[in-house]
Amino acid sequence: MSLFSFFKRHTSSQIAKDRLKILLISDRVNCSPEMMELIKNDIANVISKYMQIDTSSMEIQISKTGSTARNGKKLPVLYANIPILDLRN
Amino acid sequence: MSEVIVVTSGKGGVGKTTTSANVGTGLAEMGKSVVLIDADIGLRNLDVVMGLENRIVYNLVDVIEGNCRLKQALIKDKRHTGLFLMPAAQTRDKNCITPGQMVKLIDSLREQFDYIILDCPAGIEQGFQNAIAGADHAVVVTTPEVSAIRDADRIIGLLEANEIKKIDLVINRLRHDLIRRGEMMTVDDVLDILGLPLLGVVPDDENVVIATNQGEPLVGKNSDAGQAFFNICKRIEGKEVPFMDFGKSVTIWTRFSSLFKRNLQEERA
Repeated sequence: MSLFSFFKRHTSSQIAKDRLKILLISDRVNCSPEMMELIKNDIANVISKYMQIDTSSMEIQISKTGSTARNGKKLPVLYANIPILDLRN
Repeated sequence: MSEVIVVTSGKGGVGKTTTSANVGTGLAEMGKSVVLIDADIGLRNLDVVMGLENRIVYNLVDVIEGNCRLKQALIKDKRHTGLFLMPAAQTRDKNCITPGQMVKLIDSLREQFDYIILDCPAGIEQGFQNAIAGADHAVVVTTPEVSAIRDADRIIGLLEANEIKKIDLVINRLRHDLIRRGEMMTVDDVLDILGLPLLGVVPDDENVVIATNQGEPLVGKNSDAGQAFFNICKRIEGKEVPFMDFGKSVTIWTRFSSLFKRNLQEERA
């Protein structure tokens, strides 16, 4: 299976699918990569007030799979991975 | 109770008009009364695909503006009783009618027909808004290509925002040979991305070009695309029809078997 997925990754259909997934997420929420960067910086600033975080390895992304159900439809979610260095007391 | 179906896609050239013509003709062949409305004002083409371009006297805009009666603008099909076409105006533009006028026109056709099928123009402007205004059911046509799927996704969002509850997907121009080689997205890939119920899969078929040249829809005829369109009609009528066996994702087995088949063909040659 791992050998097969190695082959599969290089087919143009897989490339198309991967490109579409990223493209549609930004289309759906009307949010460009630049805007994501701004959101990331703002979140980092707010969280930094309360705890020490590692802003350099922080990640945010919009994902479809996180899904909250509303009339059975999947909603995109904003997912943030913020490493905490030290909780301030 | 009549059903109003809008055939739409966002992107141009993916097969909206071909799908409209074939679905309309197929439903008429099944004994239903059908009216096909060309909503592409200024760039009408449903008339030529149906082979009825020489019979146009009045059009949709004439009806809306009161230049003729409703019946005068309905062109009777050459082969199927119960099938009618309402052509679009060719020398006007899409802004000359409003969604409200379209809803009124559709309501006046509901009594007379089982199915009212609207061929939507490409794009998301006024013409699109007019075409979807009175629809109960939307059929989104796409091809397994990045640009067509992206536009389809945008259209689906707009249809949902306009509170069209029933939205189905037709994947057109599928090529098995490319899928087998992993160079075209599969039916499952497209469904995974767009998340709509599948209404039909139409293979890429040269017979579509031939049929369009002749102005005769190929639905129900002995060709892959003809059968696929007829299956779509049956599903619209609520029948359960299995999907033709293609477009499966590439597995080790299909890779080996296609390799094997190719070798056999080469040996025969």
